[in-house]
Amino acid sequence: MSPKSKSRLGWTLVALLVLGYSLFPVAAIFATSFKTPGDLGNQNFLPTSWTWQNYEMIFVGDAQGLFLSALRNSIGITLIATFIAVVLATLCAYAIARLEFPGKRIILGVALAVSIFPVISVVTPLFNLWRTIGLYDTWPGLIIPYLSLTLPISIWTLSAFFRQIPWDLEQAAQVDGATQWQAFRKAIVPLAAPGVFTTAILAFFIAWNDFVYGISLTSTEAARPVPAALAFFTGASQFEEPTGAISAAAIVVTIPVVVLVLLFQRRIVSGLTQGAVKG
Amino acid sequence: MSTPAVPAAKRRAKAGKPAKSERTRAEARLGWMLAGPAFVIMLAVTAYPIAQATFDSLFSYRLTTPDEREFVFLDNYLLLFTDWTFWRAFLVTLLITVVTVAVELVLGFALAMVMHRALKALRGVLRTAILVPYAIITVVAAFAWYFMFDINSGFINSWFSWVPGISAELDWFGNTWTALSVIMAAEIWKTTPFIALLLLAGLAQVPEELVEAAKVDGATRTQQFTRVIIPNMKAAIMVAVLFRALDAFRIFDSVFVMTGGDQGTEVLALLAYRQSISRLEIGLGSAVSVVLFLCVLLMCFAAIKLFNVDLASGTDQSQAKGKNGGEDQ
Repeated sequence: MSPKSKSRLGWTLVALLVLGYSLFPVAAIFATSFKTPGDLGNQNFLPTSWTWQNYEMIFVGDAQGLFLSALRNSIGITLIATFIAVVLATLCAYAIARLEFPGKRIILGVALAVSIFPVISVVTPLFNLWRTIGLYDTWPGLIIPYLSLTLPISIWTLSAFFRQIPWDLEQAAQVDGATQWQAFRKAIVPLAAPGVFTTAILAFFIAWNDFVYGISLTSTEAARPVPAALAFFTGASQFEEPTGAISAAAIVVTIPVVVLVLLFQRRIVSGLTQGAVKG
Repeated sequence: MSTPAVPAAKRRAKAGKPAKSERTRAEARLGWMLAGPAFVIMLAVTAYPIAQATFDSLFSYRLTTPDEREFVFLDNYLLLFTDWTFWRAFLVTLLITVVTVAVELVLGFALAMVMHRALKALRGVLRTAILVPYAIITVVAAFAWYFMFDINSGFINSWFSWVPGISAELDWFGNTWTALSVIMAAEIWKTTPFIALLLLAGLAQVPEELVEAAKVDGATRTQQFTRVIIPNMKAAIMVAVLFRALDAFRIFDSVFVMTGGDQGTEVLALLAYRQSISRLEIGLGSAVSVVLFLCVLLMCFAAIKLFNVDLASGTDQSQAKGKNGGEDQ
């Protein structure tokens, strides 16, 4: 074997190893989601006969009420929280990247502090407050705390992106008579859009992933998001574990994430690392 | 990529200094107008609740009997610090943090090296694959691992029955150590990609000439790695380890899904949840929350003091260049 084909073989093996590492648990729950109730106890990786039964259960069957409302809540709450965070963070990051003003470092420092903040530490007072003022088990009751998850990462990532924009364009626009605000809107926003989009994806992942707020600040289908609902699935009878339904629901909520990763992996990686390491 | 930004920033710094104070003030006003809302919201959703939690932790306060609320000063903390349940949760949390971060650092380095050296054609595939665990919902990952190991539906027992100690009757979640092992495995699987990507970004910063020079001077592969590559990406390693350690210390989802804290696997976050949300013991739950928060704060300060990590310098390059000397001691 020539050294070249040897190294190619080596790389193929390494790549397969990495693929196996990343996809194995996903493949396992994927296979489980197509098992019949009889297959669930057979201790095999693959189902003996593939069935849509579990998906029927969550979309049109018994678990429908629980799952569909949770899916609606998750999508709605996550998108709104992402949107608000990205809009506010865009303004904030523009100021940090472009303007000289006292307190810049404080803002970045606070964003960092909030991002390492243990969610569980703020959930008790919020739980108490939300019950008093009627935000418990509502969409805004989750959207507001989700901002503590989505804002910091948005500010950091966007500040990093904005530092790389050729700002001469803005100056040129200002020379041509545009105000600073106009220059921002007309010259910079189109250039900044990719960074903003990447940030939105990262913020979406984080909000989509939330579990602590989801189980603590909701109690019914009115606002409970999918990760929290998964923990409340029950089997057809008391003695039956809802393994199949949970697996099917898990696959459904994983699909959007995988699609985003497939489409935008390059951007996601640059967004993720820019915020934390000099780039 | 960053080259156009540097001269622009320099030019600005030069042009900015002699600017009139009127303009400076207008710029500051605009700056705060744009950054203000985000800043205020961040403070409102974290600073206010933690202050409230600190206040509540000084009371004996049960939501079921709100009228019997009573100021007890530090009694809640005293109760915690003399209770084995708290210390066990603390130790379990610490154990999970240390083990997962250590394993993830090694595994993450391996993955980063693979991606760094990989043929161009493979890089995209590898990056996509590695992003899947990162992007997947933690609860989903926890269920995936739970079902794999579950005594009824799992296939791990039958696949690995040839390994001594593993048999069809092994209930992974019926024993502290096996349960913790699965929980940690799931955490490691899910979060190693994050570390790997940060380390990959750090690897890209190591000047290729340095490695070449070491090679020419006859350094072995190990020497190249320990003497050249690692010292040159110390900052990236520190940031990755610190972020992951802080994140690991807050572990909740996987434990909740897999054991619910049974079999001595309860972690601090779960203890806080159980006290305040399940048992409505707001006072005691708040005390646990505050302790958890202080631990995270302490870890952060320790890292900054011990290793001199300037986290803010990551994105704040233009500022760091000018001001670092005075601010970080």
